[in-house]
Amino acid sequence: MDEPIENPKSEANKLKVSLREIFLTFLIIGATSFGGGVVAYLRSSLVTEKKWLDDEGFLAALEISQALPGLNATNMSVIVGDRLRGIPGAVAGFLGMTLPGAIFVFVLGFFYASNSGNTWLNAALKGVGAASVGLLLAVTLQIGHKQLEHLLDVALVALTLILVSFLHVPLAYVLLTVGPLAILLYRPHPARPLTPDRSGLDKKPAD
Amino acid sequence: MKAFNILGVFSLLSILAIGGGTAVLPEMKQMTVGYEHWLTDPQFRDIYAIGQLAPGPNMLMVIVIGYHVAGFAGALAAFVGFFAPACIIAVVVSRVWDHFEGSAWRTSIQRGMAPIVVGLMLAGTIAIARTAIVGKDSEICLAFAAVVFVALYFGKKVNPALLILAGGLLGLIFLR
Repeated sequence: MDEPIENPKSEANKLKVSLREIFLTFLIIGATSFGGGVVAYLRSSLVTEKKWLDDEGFLAALEISQALPGLNATNMSVIVGDRLRGIPGAVAGFLGMTLPGAIFVFVLGFFYASNSGNTWLNAALKGVGAASVGLLLAVTLQIGHKQLEHLLDVALVALTLILVSFLHVPLAYVLLTVGPLAILLYRPHPARPLTPDRSGLDKKPAD
Repeated sequence: MKAFNILGVFSLLSILAIGGGTAVLPEMKQMTVGYEHWLTDPQFRDIYAIGQLAPGPNMLMVIVIGYHVAGFAGALAAFVGFFAPACIIAVVVSRVWDHFEGSAWRTSIQRGMAPIVVGLMLAGTIAIARTAIVGKDSEICLAFAAVVFVALYFGKKVNPALLILAGGLLGLIFLR
């Protein structure tokens, strides 16, 4: 954790990666990361293949992506793009990451809009929707199973869930109340230093 | 102009999307189906399913919501609204993040937010379930969801994309 950010930066400056290469690299990730597990695709491309980041740098960037609003996939694309080539690099990374999926949903969405009564299309999407529920639950529990071992964490999970799903409290209020409460409960304590838990990071879906 | 309205709604969702796309699904459904009445429950489910089929981030489905509400301008507004704020925040914060390297509070924030994100993802799962496991076919849909869950949670190295596709194909047979 000591020098995760500086390494890739200096390495990247030496590499002089072109915007075209940033765009194409993320384009391939964006076109091939189906059905979740985008982190695995990102790691094999950015760390193993391109060597734009080392493992520690990758985890550090992922940690930032995770802590901030937005999707892991797009946050990673702008953060890594920015480290390689500044703002133009961030734009190239983002466009590469989103272009294949954007074209796909646009074409399918167009088809959906003009075939709204089509029973075949409706049946297929209904099936996909039902299967998605199983996928979402599996991913969530894989990420959360550690959280569900500690009583305080279980309480925070349950509180958040009840407020959002059953009391329909607007998300902004939930984040602004439960967020500070949770951070306060986990405030720095000299006697028992906290270590960030990265075990769930790999399982984050391409949501 | 409806496109500006779309831009506003999705910009807010972008900033609230702590924990990613699944975590912000309940709020997205509440705003697009509940407050604005842009979509019905089944339309929200269908559009979410389109996102699941797409490569890359599922949340690109916001483009379809925007298109459904206000055509091309709506599609662009939803895309820019949902992605631009979060991306700008990501670049700015990642540049200053190193300055907080030693801060114990940084770990506290990460540790404290982790269970909240899990709670929000569960809420996102429930939001989709409430649109996807309903009506006359709810038992069949529940069976689909259960099979996918068991295969992914207990199975080793099952490709989720294949299960999603199988859901669509089996839907053609059982859910017509």
